Amino acid sequence: MKPIDVQAVQAALSRFVGDDVYLHLETTNGAYAAHRFGQPMAVCAYIRNGRVRFERAAIAGNRPYRVGLKMENGWIYAEGLTDYEVDEKGRLLLAGHDDEGRLAVALQLSRTPWPMSAIEEEA
Amino acid sequence: MAQVEKTRHLLLVYPHPDDESFGKAGTVILFTRAGTPATLICGTLGELGRNMGNPPIANRETLPKIRRKELEDACEILGVRDLRLLGLRDKTVEFEDPERIADRIEAVIREVKPSILITYYPGLGVHPDHDAMSNAAVIAVKRLPKEERPVIWGSAVVHEPEKILGDPDFVIDVSSVLEQKLAAMKAHRSQFSGIFARVEEALAAGGEARAEVLRLLGTERYWVYRLDDGGESA
Repeated sequence: MKPIDVQAVQAALSRFVGDDVYLHLETTNGAYAAHRFGQPMAVCAYIRNGRVRFERAAIAGNRPYRVGLKMENGWIYAEGLTDYEVDEKGRLLLAGHDDEGRLAVALQLSRTPWPMSAIEEEA
Repeated sequence: MAQVEKTRHLLLVYPHPDDESFGKAGTVILFTRAGTPATLICGTLGELGRNMGNPPIANRETLPKIRRKELEDACEILGVRDLRLLGLRDKTVEFEDPERIADRIEAVIREVKPSILITYYPGLGVHPDHDAMSNAAVIAVKRLPKEERPVIWGSAVVHEPEKILGDPDFVIDVSSVLEQKLAAMKAHRSQFSGIFARVEEALAAGGEARAEVLRLLGTERYWVYRLDDGGESA
């Protein structure tokens, strides 16, 4: 992944507007947040392959960045995004990494379902 | 300190790549060097790990493939020649039907006939996937006739497990294979630096800090999990 280029990410987001897309949305402070890192509790939420359609998509902020996707009946939102990649399948990966390179938040869009396992993907 | 001697077959049951190496690699190496064949059942590919390497060498989608390769590299160092991937998904193991996971573990047990099964000590694994896999392993072992059951060695992740379990049943001195143990841990390139930043710092610092880390890494501890139907074969 590369540091977010606002114009490139905005263009990539805009390409998904109006279509049915598969969403991976995630945030985590790590399974050992409470055990090893002195935080009150481990917190994580993720959706893999939520099928969504949005009418407006925008990136905002200045490292880290925020992304908002406006749907007919709701919003998709992520904060703390630092890096991006458009992979060889045209999928958009956005992630927020802390200063030790650990993923804290991810928002990803694809026209095809995200694989559920690398083993399945190879098959 | 307990001596590791050749046994019929060693079966390792874990949910994530790196579980087999972090905290246990020395024991596994001692068993395989003594001529024990070893099988590893790995439930997931750690798809949702937050460590991506520092600097990052993976993203959310490439991470499982990278971790699979890391696991294969670690197995090579550990002398584990038989790797079984269950294709479950990170963080979801506890929501699967434990009997179905146990079915798959039971099939492997009946095939390789392990004398020792190493997993996390049930309930003391901290990570929900750890406890889900060790729970499934216990279900699988209980289904076997008592004379065919492997002894279950559990390692604990909780702080101060001796306050819950008493002294460990097996304390293994792995100082003779410390270099290989570190190599197996470091084979998990995407995970090692994030999880063991302080270990790396201490090893680089040398002196007392390095000696202290080597002392900690030089000992591995296990508690025998005694089945509540009194059927462990030990």
